[in-house]
Amino acid sequence: MSKYYVNKFLYTIDRDPEWVASYRHDPRGTLSRWEKEIGGWINPTEQTSWLEFTPAEREALATHDYVWLFENGAHFFLNLTLFIALFDDEYAAESGPLAFQLEMAQKLGHWTGREYPSVAL
Amino acid sequence: MAELTAVLASTHHPFYYKATTSPEEERPPYAADWQRKVEAYRETLTAAEPDILVMVGADHFHQLWLDNYPQFLIGKQETYDATFYNEEREFGIPKFTLNGDIELSRYMHEQLLGKDFDFAVSHELKIDHSIICPIITVRPDADLPVVPIYTNIFVPPLPSPKRFYQLGRAIREVIDSFPSDKKVAAIGTGHLSLELGGPRQFGEHGPDPLFDADAIEWLSTGNIDAILANVTHESMAGSGNATHGFMDLLLMMGIAGPDVHADYVDQLDLFHTREMYMTWYPNKNQSQLDAAARAAETAQASTGPIYASDPAWEQFRTAQGRPAAAAGS
Repeated sequence: MSKYYVNKFLYTIDRDPEWVASYRHDPRGTLSRWEKEIGGWINPTEQTSWLEFTPAEREALATHDYVWLFENGAHFFLNLTLFIALFDDEYAAESGPLAFQLEMAQKLGHWTGREYPSVAL
Repeated sequence: MAELTAVLASTHHPFYYKATTSPEEERPPYAADWQRKVEAYRETLTAAEPDILVMVGADHFHQLWLDNYPQFLIGKQETYDATFYNEEREFGIPKFTLNGDIELSRYMHEQLLGKDFDFAVSHELKIDHSIICPIITVRPDADLPVVPIYTNIFVPPLPSPKRFYQLGRAIREVIDSFPSDKKVAAIGTGHLSLELGGPRQFGEHGPDPLFDADAIEWLSTGNIDAILANVTHESMAGSGNATHGFMDLLLMMGIAGPDVHADYVDQLDLFHTREMYMTWYPNKNQSQLDAAARAAETAQASTGPIYASDPAWEQFRTAQGRPAAAAGS
């Protein structure tokens, strides 16, 4: 897994409200646009030439699959905060405060008591 | 020489601002108790009459990123902006502008390099909630110049617990030798046991209440030997995947010194984590101790260590002596 590139996606989306909104409503299209516009960005004039997602990473990001991302070593803080941005408001409106966070915990429940996947790069 | 008048180590729960400034009908049920404790804690800093704040925290991937992530970093600026978009979004924390203290930043940077702490430096550092939360809680007027220090508690491999403690000791030496007649307070925030983005997050209590019990005893008694004997990166991960923020509390204990008992200790079980507020007065005077006593009376806190044998943790003990959260796993 190119964990760095996955983390770069989570990090750069989470810090920009327009990308957050785009990723919420059109994850697959946003992923393609992000790869063209942001993925290789170092600074306004310099680009990285070699970063790319594996097919499994691309599919996980395109389907908002935060469980797969956790299980494959995406950084836990980035994985949490971006998906909170996507889903917290509507979950809270429907089921009360922290409903999304609690569902996320429950979906990761099979990791309780086990050594978590490493977030080290 | 400068006088170090207070050392504060606390958690930095980013929900505090919103919980205590929302309209009364929207405040969570724990907000009033939390606010009473925090405002009492604030008085322990006020009594130290600081002129400058040395602030220790950790950027949460707001500005520092994996393309160039430092283990330790110091800001050296006249002015610092605070609060990133996603912290406003998630926690409702407002924006701030803080004055810096270039003279102390420069002195701190040079002296720490001389003590073999090879710090990165930033001249365009924006402060995140690890530092603005304690401003909100203990200095809400944001009227003092700051020297921000960031540590890496997020990007493995991390510096060792011993290194965090040694850095605290070095910072203490630098403050004590700073050629100034100003009063300096050191304020640092981190975590007790904490889980973020994992299966134990946002439970009824923190992921490992008995680690919290030990941690508060070790910190409040200055028991560095017990910490170094018991706390490793692996053991912290076992107590919650974000528990490594404990090392910033350890750093603050390093500033206070070994075998030094804290002068004020409070804690609060706040659904998914345990809040902790601790103050040492390295050059204590009677007015500071009186302030700590008044604050402790208001908050039902302690003017000395809180031990792991405190009845507050009895509910988490099982027959095996393990925390309920771990025993169920």
